[in-house]
Amino acid sequence: MTAAVFFGCTFIAFGPAIALFLFTIAREPLRVIFLIAGAFFWLVSLLLSSLVWFISVQISNKDSAAQQKGLLIFGVVLSVLLQETFRFAYYKLLKKANEGLLTLSQEETMPISIRQLAYVSGLGFGFMSGAFSVVNILADSVGPGTVGIHGDSQHYFLSSAFMTMAIILLHMFWGVVFFDACEKQRWWAVAAVVISHLIVSCLTFQNPEYVASLVPTYVILFLMGVWAFYSAGGSLRNLKLCLTCKDKDFLLANHRPR
Amino acid sequence: MTSDNHRVTSLPCRAAMNASDSDDDSYNERTALVQSENPVVPSYRPEPDLNPPSDTPPKRSGVTRRAGPAAMDGGGGGGGGGSVGGSDQDVDADDEELTLKYGAKHVIMLFIPVTLCMVVVVATIKSVSFYTEKTDQQLIYTPFTENTPSVGRRLLNSVLNTIIMISVIVVMTIFLVVLYKYRCYKFIHGWLILSSLMLLFWFSFMYLGEVFKTYNLAVDYPTVGVIIWNFGAVGMICIHWKGPLQLQQAYLILISALMALVFIKYLPEWSAWVILGAISVYDLVAVLSPKGPLRMLVETAQERNEPIFPALIYSSAMMWTVGMASPADAQRSGHETDEEAEQSSRGAEPEGRQSRSIPEDDLEEDRGVKLGLGDFIFYSVLVGKAAATGGDWNTTLACFVAILIGLCLTLLLLAIFKKALPALPISITFGLVFYFSTDFLVQPFMDNLAAHQFYI
Repeated sequence: MTAAVFFGCTFIAFGPAIALFLFTIAREPLRVIFLIAGAFFWLVSLLLSSLVWFISVQISNKDSAAQQKGLLIFGVVLSVLLQETFRFAYYKLLKKANEGLLTLSQEETMPISIRQLAYVSGLGFGFMSGAFSVVNILADSVGPGTVGIHGDSQHYFLSSAFMTMAIILLHMFWGVVFFDACEKQRWWAVAAVVISHLIVSCLTFQNPEYVASLVPTYVILFLMGVWAFYSAGGSLRNLKLCLTCKDKDFLLANHRPR
Repeated sequence: MTSDNHRVTSLPCRAAMNASDSDDDSYNERTALVQSENPVVPSYRPEPDLNPPSDTPPKRSGVTRRAGPAAMDGGGGGGGGGSVGGSDQDVDADDEELTLKYGAKHVIMLFIPVTLCMVVVVATIKSVSFYTEKTDQQLIYTPFTENTPSVGRRLLNSVLNTIIMISVIVVMTIFLVVLYKYRCYKFIHGWLILSSLMLLFWFSFMYLGEVFKTYNLAVDYPTVGVIIWNFGAVGMICIHWKGPLQLQQAYLILISALMALVFIKYLPEWSAWVILGAISVYDLVAVLSPKGPLRMLVETAQERNEPIFPALIYSSAMMWTVGMASPADAQRSGHETDEEAEQSSRGAEPEGRQSRSIPEDDLEEDRGVKLGLGDFIFYSVLVGKAAATGGDWNTTLACFVAILIGLCLTLLLLAIFKKALPALPISITFGLVFYFSTDFLVQPFMDNLAAHQFYI
């Protein structure tokens, strides 16, 4: 345990997200603000789902472990649905704001495009979700203790960190796909995002069978990543140009019609 | 404010205090940025002295905001409709976009110091146990003890404590306004210097001592003397006279953090929460109501065309002046203070400004946004208390995000209304709501999820 585990798990869980933040978001104040607003929306959704769960626990039989677990599962499902609802609500709010700004400026340009907003809001959701899931665990990993002393898995910290990383990146991909689907009115894609979120959460019910939960999660992560890449306008050609440093648009960080 | 006037006459602008309602002024992007510069209408709140040494009326500064009006719209992310002042016909899309970006930049310029202050406070709370140790010693402003067995009695005691604290603050504010009205600048000035002396030397010495104790470092008195002397002397110079902008900002953040730590230590549990709520209400009333002391302060300063107590305000940018020797930029902040403890005297310090001159043609300046140190202190008190009670990081994070969003919304409102606004109410309300709900509702849920390793 202690420092090695703490730093290792922190960087595993938050490394990609912080890198994304530093390289793409930190320099643009508008994006930072929308990121924090996205985090706030996620927080509110969590609050509401906790409220419902809390009430249901209070009126239930506290002694029955099976019932408590059932209520917890219900809480998880409800929370996922509420998160997606709030993602949709955030989308609506951003659309309204953008429209307002457009009418005000009487021009076609917007300071931030809906795609950037999708990315930023997805990452905001991801940051908050990841932080809430793992920060207490990381804080515990610093202190003295023995992992799994009562027979639980030895890989608790590591698996939590990997799961958190997957969740953060997944939120970002979900954000991109979701907003794009809402823009193009493709409701099947929205449903697919919700269902994949539910699947990922339900996979964690199998913990501590980490192979059964982490591997499919990473498969879904990869698939969602590819889908998000294509819906954000990427293509194999773009990718090749980018990787071989021949993409002038990317290099100049300036969007111009080619 | 004199230099402000000189400065801004070259640009169309409106009188700062008429605030906000004249939409018919010609308005372009520059104006949008500049006018926020104007009279800062900070809302000061005097703070009572905790420990005697000073008899100066403590003051707590409120928020001065300066932000491009349109900016906030974008910044708030939703303000689209709002507008900025008015939808000026001349603003073209680029200007609009630029104003939006400027506004967002101002929001970030406040986010960063607020975040830093909170980080310092939370880091200290989590590592140095001195500030979370329960002590029977209480401030003289909160005489009622909370060690009573019954819940009702405890609640009653905390409400009484709050009433006493708030009345002291009100009395001090009124005293300050009276002093200002009768132009007792020297008195205010002396008060301010005394309180910053106390804070920079005594409280930082205590803090350093506690940090050494926590990490079990043995340091000799001469070394500590040299460190504290240098720290304090440079701080006094930076804050009251001239110094590099970032150093001054750093000192202000440190001072606010020190004050917040003292509050966290010496305010009893429940009293602290009730006081936070009451202070927000007081802030709202004092700044917005026509007979509020802070509003009167602002109006008096406006009549006299003077900057309002530049001390104790955190300013995020320097004012660029053209041929101006001492810009009225209020960077100076004085010492903070919040209520208790130290005597925070915030006095007006017309002289303490930093000046910088720029070439004549460069009128484009980033005046930045200003926020009163009292706001820093109370935000940090809220987050620090969230970190102190229980080992739970989720609550701390939730309060942090809530406060930032509240600040964002406040700046958005500032851009829409363009007059002095209290910075505490929205943020503290969000912070309190999220603190209690996260502590009671979300925490059990997340704990259960973590125990089973379920992820949502």
